[in-house]
Amino acid sequence: MNAIGRPLPRVEGAAKVTGAARYAGEFDQPGQAHAVIVSATVGLGRIAAIDVATAQTLPGVLAVISHLNAPKLAYSPHKGFIDPAHGERLHVFQDDQIRFFGQPVAVVIADTLDQAEHAAAAIHVDYAARTPELRIEGVETLPAGGSHASAYKARGDADAALSQAPVKVDAVYRIARENHNPMEPHATIAAWDGDRLHLWSKSQFVTNEQVEIAAVFGLPADHVHVTCPFIGGAFGTALRTWPHVTIAAIGARHVNRAVKLVLTRRQMFYTTGHRPRSMQRVALGAGTDGKLSAIVHEGTAETSRYEQFVEALTTITSYLYSCPNVRSSHGLAPTDTSTPTYMRAPGEASGVFAVECAMDELAGALNMDPVSLRLLNEPSIDEGENRPFSSRSLKDCIEQGAARFGWSRRDPRPRAMRDGRLLIGWGMATATYPAFHAPAGARACLHGNGPAEVEAAASDMGPGTYTSMTQVAADALGLPPEHVLFQLGRSDFPRTPPHGGSMTMASVGSAVQAACLAVRAKAVQAAIADARSPLFGAAAADIDAADGSLFVKSEPARRETYATIAARHGSIEAEATCSPDEDARKRFSMHSFGAVFTEVAVDPDLGIVRVRRAVGAYGCGRVINPRLARSQCTGGMVGGIGMALMEQTLLDPRDGRPVNASMADYLVPVNLDVNELDAIFVEEDDPHVNALGVKGVGEIALTGIAPAIANAVYHATGKRVRALPIRIEDLI
Amino acid sequence: MTPFAYHASPDEQDAIASAVAGGRYIAGGTTLIDLMREEVEEPKRLIDINQLPLHDIRETADGLVIGALARMAEVAAHPAVARMQPLLVETLLEGASPQLRNMASIGGNLLQRVRCPYFRTLDAACNKRRPGSGCAAIGGINHNHAILGTSDHCVATHPSDLAVSLVALGAVVRIRGPQGLREFPVEALYRLPGDTPHLEHTLSPGELIVEVFVPYGPYAQRARYLKVRDRASYEFALVSIAAALEIDAGVVRQARLAAGGVATRPWRLAACEAALVGQPASQATWRKVAPLSVAGARPLSGNGFKIELLQRTLVRTLELAGEAA
Amino acid sequence: MATSEIELTINGHLQRLSLDPRTSLLDMLREHLALHGTKKGCDQGACGACTILLDGKRINSCLTLAVMHNGAHITTIEGLANGAELHPLQAAFIEHDAFQCGYCTPGQIMSGVACLAEGHAASPEQIKAWMSGNICRCGAYPGIVSAITQTANASR
Repeated sequence: MNAIGRPLPRVEGAAKVTGAARYAGEFDQPGQAHAVIVSATVGLGRIAAIDVATAQTLPGVLAVISHLNAPKLAYSPHKGFIDPAHGERLHVFQDDQIRFFGQPVAVVIADTLDQAEHAAAAIHVDYAARTPELRIEGVETLPAGGSHASAYKARGDADAALSQAPVKVDAVYRIARENHNPMEPHATIAAWDGDRLHLWSKSQFVTNEQVEIAAVFGLPADHVHVTCPFIGGAFGTALRTWPHVTIAAIGARHVNRAVKLVLTRRQMFYTTGHRPRSMQRVALGAGTDGKLSAIVHEGTAETSRYEQFVEALTTITSYLYSCPNVRSSHGLAPTDTSTPTYMRAPGEASGVFAVECAMDELAGALNMDPVSLRLLNEPSIDEGENRPFSSRSLKDCIEQGAARFGWSRRDPRPRAMRDGRLLIGWGMATATYPAFHAPAGARACLHGNGPAEVEAAASDMGPGTYTSMTQVAADALGLPPEHVLFQLGRSDFPRTPPHGGSMTMASVGSAVQAACLAVRAKAVQAAIADARSPLFGAAAADIDAADGSLFVKSEPARRETYATIAARHGSIEAEATCSPDEDARKRFSMHSFGAVFTEVAVDPDLGIVRVRRAVGAYGCGRVINPRLARSQCTGGMVGGIGMALMEQTLLDPRDGRPVNASMADYLVPVNLDVNELDAIFVEEDDPHVNALGVKGVGEIALTGIAPAIANAVYHATGKRVRALPIRIEDLI
Repeated sequence: MTPFAYHASPDEQDAIASAVAGGRYIAGGTTLIDLMREEVEEPKRLIDINQLPLHDIRETADGLVIGALARMAEVAAHPAVARMQPLLVETLLEGASPQLRNMASIGGNLLQRVRCPYFRTLDAACNKRRPGSGCAAIGGINHNHAILGTSDHCVATHPSDLAVSLVALGAVVRIRGPQGLREFPVEALYRLPGDTPHLEHTLSPGELIVEVFVPYGPYAQRARYLKVRDRASYEFALVSIAAALEIDAGVVRQARLAAGGVATRPWRLAACEAALVGQPASQATWRKVAPLSVAGARPLSGNGFKIELLQRTLVRTLELAGEAA
Repeated sequence: MATSEIELTINGHLQRLSLDPRTSLLDMLREHLALHGTKKGCDQGACGACTILLDGKRINSCLTLAVMHNGAHITTIEGLANGAELHPLQAAFIEHDAFQCGYCTPGQIMSGVACLAEGHAASPEQIKAWMSGNICRCGAYPGIVSAITQTANASR
């Protein structure tokens, strides 16, 4: 029986429910000291003086390190997959400049955490402060270039078509800054052994952290080892290697002891990235029949002064619908804040919000059902790239989702549906995300006893990498999943792309499959060449594998277990690297699609919105594990409820301080906010996208939900709120 | 956290003497430890009062007596409270989380400190934390701040839900101090910030809340607490209302009203109370008195919506209370 | 450094410790006893990841000091299973996929165990209300509610 496609429970489940799973900050080292960062309390300027005298004399304090006594670090050039193409990363403790509120200005190392925290509070810094620029509107913007040159798209003459369109909508949509706020704060334990550094560090990209820290310290990459077997949520915040990792390593070297550094929750709002604030103008023009004639999508998002972070804010616009005239652009507003980073469905979630709200407004202007409007504008090819989709199931998603939701019972008029005094709104939106695939490696090893071991430098921040890779390996080897041990999170394992962009299943999965097929082929060769094997002399092509054995297809009685072969032959190992099929990627446009339907209840007097239910239908290729994929989708919906109704990091306009930098003040949904959530997967057989036929689900799950909620709020109340989050004050 | 000496006090006399000597009481710790970790609070000596015999909840002929060390969860689960003052159960269960309610004491709840983010960090201007340093909230992010009872020196809202309902119910705090016992209405426990926002309550050094007396009244069974906030639970109020009504033959005989989330102290809505007496218990009446609730309101840059939201919340709570019992 | 001597029973084992009075119950578990199962998410009582049972009641271990609990009985996630046999709620969490990253999970489970013991698991709506002191950023709430519902039904 195939493991792929089965709803297996998580293989690491027992470790997680018993507290045995160890996260980065829990790999305590002998003699370990504790580090606490001192963060800048102005938004721009320079350090005029640092008084560490009191702090240094406090009990247990081992060192205070700032730009005054920090080592000059190499900071060799290095740009990983996830680093902005333009600009230079923050160099910590290398000068007296303050670039943003919360920038690390010093670190205290002490014997205990309480001692380090107290000493950090005793450090007094004088600043020569200036007023930071925080605005993203009414300021000069930079064109977003670099790796996302595709942010500029034009076909036809969108502006002319817009001006001539008989029906049009034209509005500006805004999204607040969001912070990932995973439950686990960033944590690093750093330990030096001579000029070798071991980091136990929260990371979605351990091989990049290895190379980045090696570059920062001017070390050969193989002198840095990074371990991270479990990630307590990340959603993108642990893709890049942030300054605290460097600080932990500086501290450990300075005191010649292992050092543990865990960011406070407040510091999680300072230097570990955020979804950038954005404003987007979307203008749609259509004929009276609803056919789109023009799309203009102009987006602006914040970045820092020292790096140009670009996300896919406007990239979905060119392929989402059929339209002859499309223009999209993406500008950056440099601000005196820290650099944003990828946060679940980066760019797409924001862009889809604007476009899908605009589509809802257009449906209203046309007096047309929002579902019909989308079906009417369904393209036959990717009109932006002028090539076919490898698969596109949006129509199926819309139809199946609408049927499951009961959309046909919707009264189209705003404020028409009620439950007692509550206004009921039904809204929908399209979801989409690219099907990325990047080169990845994996290693597989068969042993005389014990499970087959498979390893890759991948990560599992929660989607279920451990489980899904076990399933892929089990099928490739012909082993039951319980006889496979998949390991990840070590920089000395074969390299993989970042654990983000919904590309882990495609990339690492393909590599795991390839490595397992390679080691299986080696086992076949060993058996058929060995006179002691029942398979001796058979043709390799005649051998199949099942239930832990190799056997001759035409004579199934001729069989031998992997264990027997490996016991006789010695452990058999193979490594494989798997790259995307570039030819297929040139021929086809590869994306996931989905449709999300929501019901909200709005208290018309008090402005309280509750999401009563949501149905998401997704076409994302083959689903390796329906149980886990479903959880990812419903989890994404919970994130979308937060994005739509709660999440915003508020900056003090005077100094850029993230004011609500706590879990009590930065609101995310609690259990009582979440009601009925349903995710369905439409059948999709995509032979082009990769060997496994998978497209990933983690990101698409967060696109579509926020606009579906916003559209439902409009349907309930008749009030169009174009800025997220939609809060009580917007509706009273 | 600044180092401190820890002392577990065996009895009230010892506790009060220790506090007079400069110690700081700790019960549940949910406010104090949080702020000590930020070094917003730096007691030199902590006096753990949890061994003191102040945990009981009991009925008397004319009301309910709640020991100051009773936990929020214990009070909420107590049958006598549910029977005599259902408003308190509803109010307590709207507050904090189950875990925090198991920890936080009633006395501590009344004395909890404000949630203003500028107060809770050492590096912002805050007259409450450092008198004379200014108020960063007035020109900053003040979405959650007060519109009533504010001054040019402080605009932080009082965060307790329970205090709002106790004020509405006319509850009394009983205090033991170096000079013995005294008691006064919960309402009188709180000061307006004025130009001394660092002075939050009317207790003298060493004084200890020992119990709260909640008088029974004919309005107790027609009482509701409504808390409006951006998420369904585990959040402080944007606006809350405690309303208790005595209605006889469709006419309001007595009304007890207080608001939370909008003012620098639990805010008694005395003008609304007076205006309701003798009026028919109707939607029209509720709407008529609502504007009185915001008399004197001073909105800030980010919280003007509370003027409307307070009135709407009041109307809804009166409606719910009118339907109750 | 002035330290305080305390004695607590943790998961059935008596522990004697000499601690800085500043040490929170959470840091005592994580930094002094290597019981890392109890998680630090915010250190401010605003997330629930540090939930443990103190004398049978669920509390946030970040907001209390170890020295305040001399003689107390503490149960952490490590003390829930009976050897290799998982507590029914632990097993139900796996079955209902009531977690993703797993970091809030020990707190959710300890809170869930208490929610069941308190009798606050009569309906999904009641469970949601009484489990709202534990934030799950992965959004596994529906699974958490199902797992507690199943465990409640099984024990009825």
